[in-house]
Amino acid sequence: MNRSLVTIADHTREKIEYLIQMATEFERHPNRRLLEGKVVATLFFEPSTRTRLSFETAANRLGARVIGFADPKVTSGTKGETLKDTIMMVSNYADIIVMRHYLEGAARYASEVAPVPIVNAGDGANQHPSQTMLDLYSIYKTQGTLDNLNIFLVGDLKYGRTVHSLIMAMRHFNPTFHFIAPDELQMPQHYKDYCHEHSINYVEHKEFDADIISQADILYMTRVQRERFTDLIEYERVKDSYLLKMPLLAKARKNLKILHPLPRVNEIEYAIDETPHAYYFQQAGNGLFARQALICDALDITLEDVLKDTTIIG
Amino acid sequence: MKEKVLQVAAIQNGTVIDHIPSSRIFSVVSLLHLEKLTSEVTVGFNLRSKSMGRKSIIKIANRFFTDDELNQLAVVTPNVTLCIIRDYEIVEKKTVKLPEDLLGIVKCDNPKCITNNEPMRTRFHLVSPHALCCHYCNTQQALDEVKLCD
Repeated sequence: MNRSLVTIADHTREKIEYLIQMATEFERHPNRRLLEGKVVATLFFEPSTRTRLSFETAANRLGARVIGFADPKVTSGTKGETLKDTIMMVSNYADIIVMRHYLEGAARYASEVAPVPIVNAGDGANQHPSQTMLDLYSIYKTQGTLDNLNIFLVGDLKYGRTVHSLIMAMRHFNPTFHFIAPDELQMPQHYKDYCHEHSINYVEHKEFDADIISQADILYMTRVQRERFTDLIEYERVKDSYLLKMPLLAKARKNLKILHPLPRVNEIEYAIDETPHAYYFQQAGNGLFARQALICDALDITLEDVLKDTTIIG
Repeated sequence: MKEKVLQVAAIQNGTVIDHIPSSRIFSVVSLLHLEKLTSEVTVGFNLRSKSMGRKSIIKIANRFFTDDELNQLAVVTPNVTLCIIRDYEIVEKKTVKLPEDLLGIVKCDNPKCITNNEPMRTRFHLVSPHALCCHYCNTQQALDEVKLCD
């Protein structure tokens, strides 16, 4: 059976809860020798420092050795080698391949040709399942549940793959999504259709103010990038409309947590970092435990193995 | 009595593909790789048709196709009629049915899709009667706008 992780959009509720439980165990004891003797390859055909560091730390803290490349310029891809050939070559050396690629569908294809499991660390604008997993884990950790939450998605809802994957992964948990975006960056129709097909509630808001935010359990901010706009006048007009500033949190629920996939530019005012609502740095930290769970799952290490693990360090 | 003349000569054995919209005839040729055949192929182009105004027809002697081969035609010509001929008689009439999975037929219109950048076979899933979804990059495209693989 191919244990590769290409997307978690197809995961069942049970599987998501299982992985969250596994991540919780890793958070309790992150340092282990569970993967001693294993080699994890991290192939980054597109640079992504924070994702790579997170995966490599996850592997290192479980005792695996890590090989790979961080910069596609040093690989044979530039000499015209196909993805398949690179994957086949590395499969001779590694027990698992964590791959980031700039082309969409690269992870699915790699998982079909590779004799070892592939973990998708992002394939173009398509999927980024480890980000989704850490988002789910962060939501679960801060709210104590994934069920019946009000989740506000703010900013670039058109190109933001993290928000798209989150909608798909949350479909089992009866969420209500709230979409807040400039006209040019609205949630694409086919994701709204997806919500209808899966009976996911969603509301679209024009305003982004304290009254609206008062209903939120999770406020998921994303970056509104200048290069996404065809009309730069429109960009100048709306760029400051989706910034999160202190007064907007005046009526916030106590349990409200603010998430952001990072890097942040100016979407969230720095003063907010000091409030109990800010959670984006911990969210990134949760990526370590989520990725430990995903690597182990791809290597067929079960939750039971993790619970019975006797290799915990310290 | 007025004698009825066939616009394209009959074949003794083989396959007749009728009611092809003339604009799609080259797609049919390429989907069935007819250019590689050594048996006789007669093509009638822009013929008069009661139902279509103008149509095209292809008669392929001594060649019978599998359903999988023929069903590919549904991508570009969903309304063709297929006749299996044995000893000048029509022994079977068929229509084509779009398969759930299309392998190596349709080209993905996303330039950043892996299938447009790697020597590999494309794969699409039928997601509605009018739309396909790329198995790799998840891009959807309307059936009436698809381009075929080279």
